[in-house]
Amino acid sequence: MSTIQPKIGEPVSDELALVQAAKGGDVSAFEELVRRYDRNVFRIAQHITQNREDAEDVVQDAFLKAYGNLNQFQGQSKFYTWLVRIAVNEALMKLRRRRPERTVSLDEEVKTEEDSLPREVADWSPNPEQQYNQAELRDILTRTIQGLPASFRTVFVLRDVEGLSTEETAEALDLSIPAVKSRLLRARLQLRERLSRYFRRRDTSEGNSKHDSGDGIQ
Amino acid sequence: MKCSEFLQELTNYLDGVIDDRTKAELEDHLAWCHNCYVVCDTTKKTIEIYRDSQLYELPEDLRSRLRSAIVTKCHAKKKAGPERV
Repeated sequence: MSTIQPKIGEPVSDELALVQAAKGGDVSAFEELVRRYDRNVFRIAQHITQNREDAEDVVQDAFLKAYGNLNQFQGQSKFYTWLVRIAVNEALMKLRRRRPERTVSLDEEVKTEEDSLPREVADWSPNPEQQYNQAELRDILTRTIQGLPASFRTVFVLRDVEGLSTEETAEALDLSIPAVKSRLLRARLQLRERLSRYFRRRDTSEGNSKHDSGDGIQ
Repeated sequence: MKCSEFLQELTNYLDGVIDDRTKAELEDHLAWCHNCYVVCDTTKKTIEIYRDSQLYELPEDLRSRLRSAIVTKCHAKKKAGPERV
């Protein structure tokens, strides 16, 4: 079985030059950085906040905060990782404001390992996403990922959707590498479990679908 | 190797960050354990589906609106001088 290849980001060779120019007051250099990463920041923000208006605010606030604090950026990490760290914090703040009844923290250890243990082990159709039209698929994927705890969702989005490395994700979220790995595993398994409901192979004997659930993982 | 041990290594396996010996053990397990094979395969598909899903794309009109708001505020900040943090 082959491994997952991460998305490759844009070249960053001239990025430090842009950051330097922006530090020196060149707003058009900063605008170029906005142009490079606004889509990513928007996606991350909307995944975390689950709210379009909040995500728009996060894009503005994160870039303005980055601009105002460019002198704090030392260049030890990539500009993008530094920006993601700011954006994630802004997004979590929005989420906390909107849901004050639930404390939202990236440090939360959610339940035990049991929550991620596979129960549904039916195989999927060969091209499961093609069973649905685009709007339906979008709806399934959105609802499924929204059901994850914020701490899992955030790690999954940074690693698997945005293609940050484990190290970059740890740095952006201020988590240890083992913490990133453990959350990622559980996020992946929980999403898989929930998607199985929609994507499992449909038997010809439709009414008898329970039998291939097997005994689960021992 | 037990299924629980396989699951512990699943993320490293899918990300390709695993030593040859562990990889061989995992693949040996996959060869006979159908449940773990399915979990591994469908987890991989889960990742691919989300990665290719283009959820939450930023529409171009909103994008330029946000960018021009950011740029305007950057110019204003520049005039106001450096921020004290």
